[in-house]
Amino acid sequence: METKQYLEVFIDESNEHLQSINDQLLSLEKNPGDLTIVNEIFRSAHTLKGMSATMGYQDLSNLTHKMENVLDAVRNEKIRVDENMLDVVFDSVDDLESMVLDISKGGTGERNVEKVVELLQTIENGGSVSSVDQKETIGTGDAHGAGEFYVDEFTKTALQQSSEQGKSNFQIDVSLREDCLLKAARVYMVFEVLEQAGDVILSSPSVEKLEKEEFGTTFQVLLITDEDPDEIENQVRKVSEIEHVRVQNYVIPVRKQETSEQESSVTGNVSKKMKESKKDRESKQVAGKTIRINIDRLDALMNLFEELVIDRGRLEQISNDLKHHELRETVERMTRISNDMQNIILHMRMVPVEQVFNRFPRMVRQLSKDLNKSIDLSIVGAETELDRTVIDEIGDPLVHLIRNALDHGIESPDQRISKGKSATGKLELKAYHSGNHVFIEISDDGGGIDRDKVIQKAIGNRVVTKEQAEAMPNSQVYELIMESGFSTADEISDVSGRGVGLDVVKSTIESLGGNISVDSIPDEGSIFSIQLPLTLSILSVMLVDVQKEKYAIPLSSIIETAIVKKEDIMHAHNKKVIDFRGKIVPLVFLKDVLQVPEKWDEEGDYSVVVVRKGEKMAALVVNSFIGQQEVVLKSLGDYLSGAFAISGATILGDGQVALILDSHALVK
Amino acid sequence: MTEETTQRKVIVFQIHEEEYTIPVELVGSIERMMPITRVPGTKPFVKGVLNLRGVVTPVIDLRERFGMDKIEETERTRIVTVKIKERNVGLIVDAAKDVLDLDEENIEPPPEVTGTVEADYIQGVSKMDQRLFILLNLEKVLSKEDVLELNQIHA
Repeated sequence: METKQYLEVFIDESNEHLQSINDQLLSLEKNPGDLTIVNEIFRSAHTLKGMSATMGYQDLSNLTHKMENVLDAVRNEKIRVDENMLDVVFDSVDDLESMVLDISKGGTGERNVEKVVELLQTIENGGSVSSVDQKETIGTGDAHGAGEFYVDEFTKTALQQSSEQGKSNFQIDVSLREDCLLKAARVYMVFEVLEQAGDVILSSPSVEKLEKEEFGTTFQVLLITDEDPDEIENQVRKVSEIEHVRVQNYVIPVRKQETSEQESSVTGNVSKKMKESKKDRESKQVAGKTIRINIDRLDALMNLFEELVIDRGRLEQISNDLKHHELRETVERMTRISNDMQNIILHMRMVPVEQVFNRFPRMVRQLSKDLNKSIDLSIVGAETELDRTVIDEIGDPLVHLIRNALDHGIESPDQRISKGKSATGKLELKAYHSGNHVFIEISDDGGGIDRDKVIQKAIGNRVVTKEQAEAMPNSQVYELIMESGFSTADEISDVSGRGVGLDVVKSTIESLGGNISVDSIPDEGSIFSIQLPLTLSILSVMLVDVQKEKYAIPLSSIIETAIVKKEDIMHAHNKKVIDFRGKIVPLVFLKDVLQVPEKWDEEGDYSVVVVRKGEKMAALVVNSFIGQQEVVLKSLGDYLSGAFAISGATILGDGQVALILDSHALVK
Repeated sequence: MTEETTQRKVIVFQIHEEEYTIPVELVGSIERMMPITRVPGTKPFVKGVLNLRGVVTPVIDLRERFGMDKIEETERTRIVTVKIKERNVGLIVDAAKDVLDLDEENIEPPPEVTGTVEADYIQGVSKMDQRLFILLNLEKVLSKEDVLELNQIHA
């Protein structure tokens, strides 16, 4: 089977399922008794198994199968959910993740998983000792005969209890007409009728299958009720497109039946289940309203739209010149509509930060185990939306900050108790919108940053001098930990301090047009606050003239603009510098750096744009300032990429291309 | 009488007195001259970038790329936009002429003449009705190595 075209979908969906397994496992850890969670995990695992088998990834499907067996046993209450079991399942999910990663990189997804398989096997066997008659039932699939239920212990108990309470158990066989169009809807109506009459205990095929219309024309339902069987039959018959209904007494089977993994919908309270699946269906409908779109297509849409905006500008011009009333009204309306369109297009590129955040609970769990610390992670504002390109880049810096907070921030339980805090440390990850920015905060209630230690280290690493350090306010001292060549970890631990430090985090965030700050109170904790632009594709810039050419300088790097008199320019070893608010700042003549052909001589004062890169500054000399503008960032294309001091291009209102300066390259 | 000859559809354009061809499937469009924004730090034959329906597209002058003299642009000057390996580039040519079918078997390797520099971007030549067509190897014409000036002037 040619499966290549499905590969992308397969990888996407596998990742989704793995993520959901991860999430559910974490919540299972909190509520070990909740079997509905196990069901969720089971369902995801099962789909994953099916998909990977179809795509021909045997190892992946085998491991999932083993995991499924364990989950099945949990579901049937043969294995208890405990830490040991969860660890093994988490490990196998890790393995599955690496396999899917391998596949997405073009590999075969093969991996040595013997150890984990063995562990799963042990758990499975350990749990099934009590039920020797349990055997593998995979693959029996739809082999169910009509009227046969696989009743597990739980259901049996419910049935028995109902008879003790004087209610009757009925088996209801329903066949739909051959030409029935909306089978699922009819099933739903039948269930509604039955639920009014009593409790639906079990159905064959399972509720899920019925909803997906994965059945022929007949299905069976087990009902506990105190109503009359004829009455129920009549009620059901009122549902249209029903061919045949038969209500008969159900006799509880004496022999224990085994549970087939595909058909069983093990739940004591099926009506609750039905409600849940109704909820499920609603959420599925929401999911059904989204489609995956290649980001290239969105870019193409955006490009076309910008063309439209440029032509709109021309139309506005023409209608103003013509002074034609109706034309002008039409153009104005078009302008409003296209503004709304622009908003929508921009928002299409936005995704919730949840995509990045959702891997953290798992990571924190693992790290807190490795570090022997107890940590309570809370996530706030996961629904906050950010541009897709920012989302792709922000993951690693956040991982780093979280590792940092767990390793250096939060103390060991003993230390915490001796300080009078609760043994469990708190870590909060918070995202929110504010103006044109998104803020992400990582706060912990750990030991905070040790000012003296930071200063000592900074002096030791020659980041600052002793005199400088002593004069620094706390906030500046804290910023030091993000300077390059700084790492406060005394010994290099496994978790953080592997050579790359917070300086990398800082530079990544700055390259995204954002910035990061840190605040800390000794023994109360620290907070890292990241400010990010809503989108990378739209940029605020200052347009400037350099001779006859126009350039755009990103506002994020500009400190201020100024006019400098010729006589204020000083010379320092053949370099022109100015005194800018007490600091010596070198002048950079853009016309020289950019080899702009000279069209006229410069006279009088210099217009300068003061830009910064970290602590360093430069004053860019331009001919005039045009103004501030929001522009759409475009790449120069592969052919010219790497051009010096140019980070991209943008198309101006008149249709011309202006280059965007990379001011970081201009600051030495 | 059906002779088995494979044909190659090409676009013919003129630079100086000579006619060059490139495969038609690589050509995106043929445009009149439009405003071009200079990109600093590139070789002289890289004229800059232009706005091609919302896509910022680099433009090179084929005359200068081939080491010929610059001329003023005329009414007939065109920009042929090509796409090769996800790389969109516009080529400035003296004039765009027509679309032709070249017989594969009439294509010969470039003539070797002692004392001249071999241009690696010439794929071959083809003669047809007293006209000589030069087949360009676009990948070589657009090789990236010599696009950027190496010696940057630093601040």
